[in-house]
Amino acid sequence: MRRLSFWIGAAAFALAAATPFWLSSGPARAETPKDTLVIAKQIDDIITLDPAEVFEFTGGEVIANVYDRVFTFEAEDTATLVPGVAESYTVSDDGKTLTIKIRPGQKFHSGNPVTAEDVAFSLQRVIILDKTPAFIFSQLGWTKDNVKDLVKATDESTVTLTITEDFGPSFVLNTLSAGVGSVVDKKTVLEHEKDGDLGYEWMKANSAGSGPFVLKSWKANESVTLEANPDYRHGAPKVKRVVLRHVPEASAQRLQLEKGDIDIARNLTADQIQGISGNPDIKVEPFPKADLYYLGLNQKNEALSKPQVRQAIRLLVDYQGMADTFLKGRFQVHQSFWPAGFYASLTDTPYKLDIDKAKALLAEAGYPDGFSVKLDSSNVTPYTDIAQSVQETFGKAGIKVEIVPGEQKQVITKYRARNHEIVLLYWSPDYMDPHSNADSFARNPDNSDEAKSKPLAWRNAWDIPEITKETDAAARERDPDKRKGMYLDLQKKLQEDGPFVIMFQSTELVARRGNVSGFVSGPTYDTVYYRLVEKS
Amino acid sequence: MASGATSDTAGPRAGPTRPAGRGGWSLRAAGLLGSVLLTFFGLLAITFVIGRVVPIDPVLAIVGDRALPAVYARVRQELALDEPLYVQFWIYLSKVLQGDFGTSVITSRPVLEDILRFFPATIELATLATIIGVAVGVPMGVIGATQHGRWPDHLIRVVGLIGYSVPIFWLGLVGLLLFYAKLDWVGGPGRLDVYYEDIVEPVTRLLLIDAALAGEWDVFANAFSHILLPASILGYFSLAYISRMTRSFMLEQLRQEYVTTARAKGLSEARVVWRHALGNVMVPLVTVIALSYASLLEGAVLTETVFAWPGLGRYITDSLFNVDMNAVLGGTIMVGSVFIGLNLLSDMLYRILDPRAR
Repeated sequence: MRRLSFWIGAAAFALAAATPFWLSSGPARAETPKDTLVIAKQIDDIITLDPAEVFEFTGGEVIANVYDRVFTFEAEDTATLVPGVAESYTVSDDGKTLTIKIRPGQKFHSGNPVTAEDVAFSLQRVIILDKTPAFIFSQLGWTKDNVKDLVKATDESTVTLTITEDFGPSFVLNTLSAGVGSVVDKKTVLEHEKDGDLGYEWMKANSAGSGPFVLKSWKANESVTLEANPDYRHGAPKVKRVVLRHVPEASAQRLQLEKGDIDIARNLTADQIQGISGNPDIKVEPFPKADLYYLGLNQKNEALSKPQVRQAIRLLVDYQGMADTFLKGRFQVHQSFWPAGFYASLTDTPYKLDIDKAKALLAEAGYPDGFSVKLDSSNVTPYTDIAQSVQETFGKAGIKVEIVPGEQKQVITKYRARNHEIVLLYWSPDYMDPHSNADSFARNPDNSDEAKSKPLAWRNAWDIPEITKETDAAARERDPDKRKGMYLDLQKKLQEDGPFVIMFQSTELVARRGNVSGFVSGPTYDTVYYRLVEKS
Repeated sequence: MASGATSDTAGPRAGPTRPAGRGGWSLRAAGLLGSVLLTFFGLLAITFVIGRVVPIDPVLAIVGDRALPAVYARVRQELALDEPLYVQFWIYLSKVLQGDFGTSVITSRPVLEDILRFFPATIELATLATIIGVAVGVPMGVIGATQHGRWPDHLIRVVGLIGYSVPIFWLGLVGLLLFYAKLDWVGGPGRLDVYYEDIVEPVTRLLLIDAALAGEWDVFANAFSHILLPASILGYFSLAYISRMTRSFMLEQLRQEYVTTARAKGLSEARVVWRHALGNVMVPLVTVIALSYASLLEGAVLTETVFAWPGLGRYITDSLFNVDMNAVLGGTIMVGSVFIGLNLLSDMLYRILDPRAR
């Protein structure tokens, strides 16, 4: 009897404990609405959605769908630069002034017409606010003091842009296709101006564009919601709503995709892609990207400053081995500083793993038994895997690599202070002109420790007055064929002797439900388009 | 600080404050206030220094890697990073005293607003987890003690041990695979399905309560199906701790003479165990539960990551990796308040539950 009453007491507690499970609603609805595209992605990199400031991956992607740019790459062809808000342009004889005609009949989300004044205001605003991506325009010679004179609306539909620096017109058009080339609705922005901030505070989390989608909400670390703009100049997008949901864990993204709770998963690892390849409801689509993964060799390090050592190191990376195994499908071997698939890229891959030759070169440099070196690397895949492979193959020639793993920002902080020995990082162009990469890999106007600008060449203490001049000359060249030759030549020089071991160009693998089509991810982070997406 | 999801972080705790003599009330209140302020000051000072010795450049988080030198220099100056550390700390403190917690870099919003948005998600999760932990953990501990050395005791200890030692990250993923992907019993990562988003107006920002207030029972059911799994998993962890503590408290009580007396008087076993013994255990147990609740309230980073839960733990961790010190310090104040508040609350409960303390 005693025992019985004891167990009744216990059972009462257990029943109370189990109550929540009875209340459970049962199966959740395992599909997304027909007119809504749901994308799972790590979106915690967004810090602003103001096109004058956005310089992060997800932010760039969002504004590419909310704003139209002066010149642009369209979803239908992400490799060809075409007029966007602009309709046509002419170049003055001296090549310094561009006269741009605005496409008639365009409307902002607010209903206001898109005018030349809006275009001029948008470009001036970038320079006046002077946030990170402002350098894309300031290199043209625009400053806070002169930009209102150099960028002007001359009538309702005409804008003139004058540059004071020496660049060819194709270069200027490329800069106008960057995120900072987004056209904002002057009237709406100024309605929200506070203390002369040109709407800066408001624009961080609101939008005033004319692109295919309207920003509905950005909940930091949670979601971004976009709604279709029925008046878009190419017609209304096929889906009414796009939701980007922050799902930090890749395995969770995979489960949600398999269940149909999301339409597209953006951050699956190579393993997970392999795992879902047999699922008939899911398709995996590769999109080539312009990102490069490379080793930076600090020239302040005595061993690394020897040309034979740099040469040996190039022969100690198992490029193909990595691309065929743990990087399969996600990375292609690429060994020059401008990515393949674009104007003026050098696609030769002269280096492959050759331990004997590397040993001979090391001996020649005075290191027959190798040396010890530290490798700074981000502590996430694929960096960790690449670092381990490099450690192993370097070891075969006697170079003892100590991997120093860290948070990405920690690695970059050290790199910017030139305190690394070897660093493993990636680089992606800011706009699709070879100068974007040459400016950092092959240009170092001041190699002193006090230098203000810190291009990649400076970070690796690579003092190159001659190559810097060649890079400047290539940017100035107006004949496209001649210019192309100059960039090919620069890439070859860096490939032979630079302090960079460029290894891979990446591919984004996007996993989607079989009924979803039309998602486009272009070469850069801000050429991702939702407007062609359809769900059947 | 926000270091993970184990309920094991509850450390030893100072005994409850003894009632002071007559007329000591105002003195005690002043003493309490003083120690609370000192605790906050210490917390902030230490967190501030940690933030500054992290080998990450805070300017990078704001301007990125490619800003022009002038932009970089301007932001560095705005952050007052060129000032000595104590000046920077003083600037921060004086702003906080005026109620200005600054703006977060990673969300571009005032820190206070962020916390008011992220903390309710954490409260909701931690509360449900603690309810589960208590409802299951306490009876488990009692049964373990009364069945001491027999198979139910061994079983309960094994269940507790697993809760203690299995990585929560793994358990979360396995839980998702089984209950969400395979069995379809619960909702997936996130707080709601896309269908149900933005239906309920946020009032308390506790989704379950907001949905119930609005009478949107569909939303309530959906939110419940999403919270159930992460809450159960966190609940399992606090259960492991609570059941073990209950068991050892109960073992001690059951050896007491009054228990023998009660049994000799012919009281039913249930009355002896559940009323007399458990009643006496309640006092220290409340402290254990409060601390386990507090450790869940500081946010369970790993669980929040697996379940895409927009809670405080992930907010503080992300902020720390970006050296977003306004957000980190704001979060620290929040977590500190929770600990101090719960400590005071458990002191108060102590007085109610233990007649000798009145």
